Amino acid sequence: MPSSADLTAVLLTARLALVTTVLLLLIGTPIAWWLARSPSRLKSVVGAIVTLPLVLPPAVIGFYLLVLLGPDGPLGRLTQQLGLGLLPFTFSGLVVASVIYSMPFVVQPIQQAFAAMGERPMEAAATLRASPLNAFLTVALPLARPGFITAAVLGFAHTVGEFGVVLMIGGNIPGKTQVLSMAIYNHVEALEYQSAHWLAGGMLCFLFVVLLLLYSRGWNRRP
Amino acid sequence: MSIRARLQRNYPGFALDVDLELPGRGVTAVFGPSGCGKTTLLRCVAGLERRATGYLSVDDEVWQDDTQQRFVPVHRRALGYVFQDASLFAHLNVEQNLNYGMQRVPAALRRVSLEQSIDLLGIAHLLPRQPDALSGGERQRVAIARALASSPRILLLDEPLAALDAARKAEVLPYLEKLHSELDMPVLYVSHAIDEVARLADHLVLLESGKVTASGYADDLLTRLDLSLAHGDTAGAVLTLTVSGHDEQDHLSTASFSGGVMSLPIHDKDIGQRLRIRVQARDVSLTLQKQSGTSILNILGATVRAIAPDSPGQVMVSLDVGGCTLLARITERSARTLSLAPGLSLYAQIKGVAILG
Repeated sequence: MPSSADLTAVLLTARLALVTTVLLLLIGTPIAWWLARSPSRLKSVVGAIVTLPLVLPPAVIGFYLLVLLGPDGPLGRLTQQLGLGLLPFTFSGLVVASVIYSMPFVVQPIQQAFAAMGERPMEAAATLRASPLNAFLTVALPLARPGFITAAVLGFAHTVGEFGVVLMIGGNIPGKTQVLSMAIYNHVEALEYQSAHWLAGGMLCFLFVVLLLLYSRGWNRRP
Repeated sequence: MSIRARLQRNYPGFALDVDLELPGRGVTAVFGPSGCGKTTLLRCVAGLERRATGYLSVDDEVWQDDTQQRFVPVHRRALGYVFQDASLFAHLNVEQNLNYGMQRVPAALRRVSLEQSIDLLGIAHLLPRQPDALSGGERQRVAIARALASSPRILLLDEPLAALDAARKAEVLPYLEKLHSELDMPVLYVSHAIDEVARLADHLVLLESGKVTASGYADDLLTRLDLSLAHGDTAGAVLTLTVSGHDEQDHLSTASFSGGVMSLPIHDKDIGQRLRIRVQARDVSLTLQKQSGTSILNILGATVRAIAPDSPGQVMVSLDVGGCTLLARITERSARTLSLAPGLSLYAQIKGVAILG
């Protein structure tokens, strides 16, 4: 059976993934809309930046975040001045890192959904007296629902599984920054394979079920 | 009541440049070949082309005036727009689609009720359906009703029948005609199909490579020999008749106009009602003496107005029939044999079954 420390790690991971997913849906939606619609030349640059975490080794992301958010980094100074203290080795630090790390997994499905619907639904809404914001909320968002479901599931699942970034920015503080993957790592290091199996197997099953639901027609069907 | 449009829109390799004064009532068809800028013109009127420049007013409302830096955004223009592909909202059922525009119009400004638009387009039985469960024709009817329910000052139709097969087209056309006769709402109708234009339009704008080549009453333009419209296989004249009788047994109706009485395939219109019919130039033959012993039902006294060359070996003859105009497309040889010349009196023969009503 998993120990209470393991359960704490599971809950912490779930909380981290949830907070990250919600934040990413809020931040990612306008970015995805802009990337799908804007004629701006900056689009390719922003698109590349958003996609970067997909290909960068997590250790690299973690390292630079540690430098930026650290006591001498520009963002670290800012957070200190704002009275937020230093973010590395805190839950908030983990959230910031996860948001960046999982960004492409959320932005891309939403962006694709917006791009696939084309200009027409928004134009039709405008001819029916809907203001641009109103049309976005009542037409674009509902039509992009499958994209949002994919984005939320991938963002959540990807955050649950992160290791390298967490190791760099979060450390391994039980109850505070020790997430599931760190707990598994600790068990393996200590040759506690039985406990590692509980956690690793659990995660495997969980993510498999999530993807199964995502790919089964019922959940992800177009409205 | 009128529409003033002086609009330009430049694309690489194409420029739309029109200066139009259109009537504020009835159906105005914008006709021209694919790529002539018809749809662009309609989109400029709707405000969907933000880069269009110029001036646009509908009735007393100025929707665009570059000299005043005025550009009313699409959602503040009281217009109805029907796209070629209907563009119903896939996440809403038919009823919710209809409500979408109506709800956004203040109750005091609603001039067309939801019930009225549902009745006019005959879609009451479709209300609970999702758009993907509709046929192409049904989809267009819902799209038109949706636009109507938003009580527009002007209805813009972008080739609403182009994506439909002949059967679906025949299903939707009567609704468009009903719209025309029952609603006092100006309609701008973009089409490249002459048969639709002839059936629906009061006023006609001919567009070619982004420029207006002619604008005026449809009945006049359709028979003007200097326009390409009045040439070729699809050329024909439109006559407005008054239904004068029905013969149920022979399945024929009679209808009269200043040029005489005509028999045509039976029509469901009541006696005394106006009927627009189209007589294609290829279905009209000419004879100097009134024939007897012929199967042709309609023989009308006519005077030759003008003759113009058509395709090789053929000529288009414009005829005055009681003040109205008919077109006849005959061979050059026949024209020579009959010694056709302007002012000559003769008879125009039209087969009853050839009349399109």
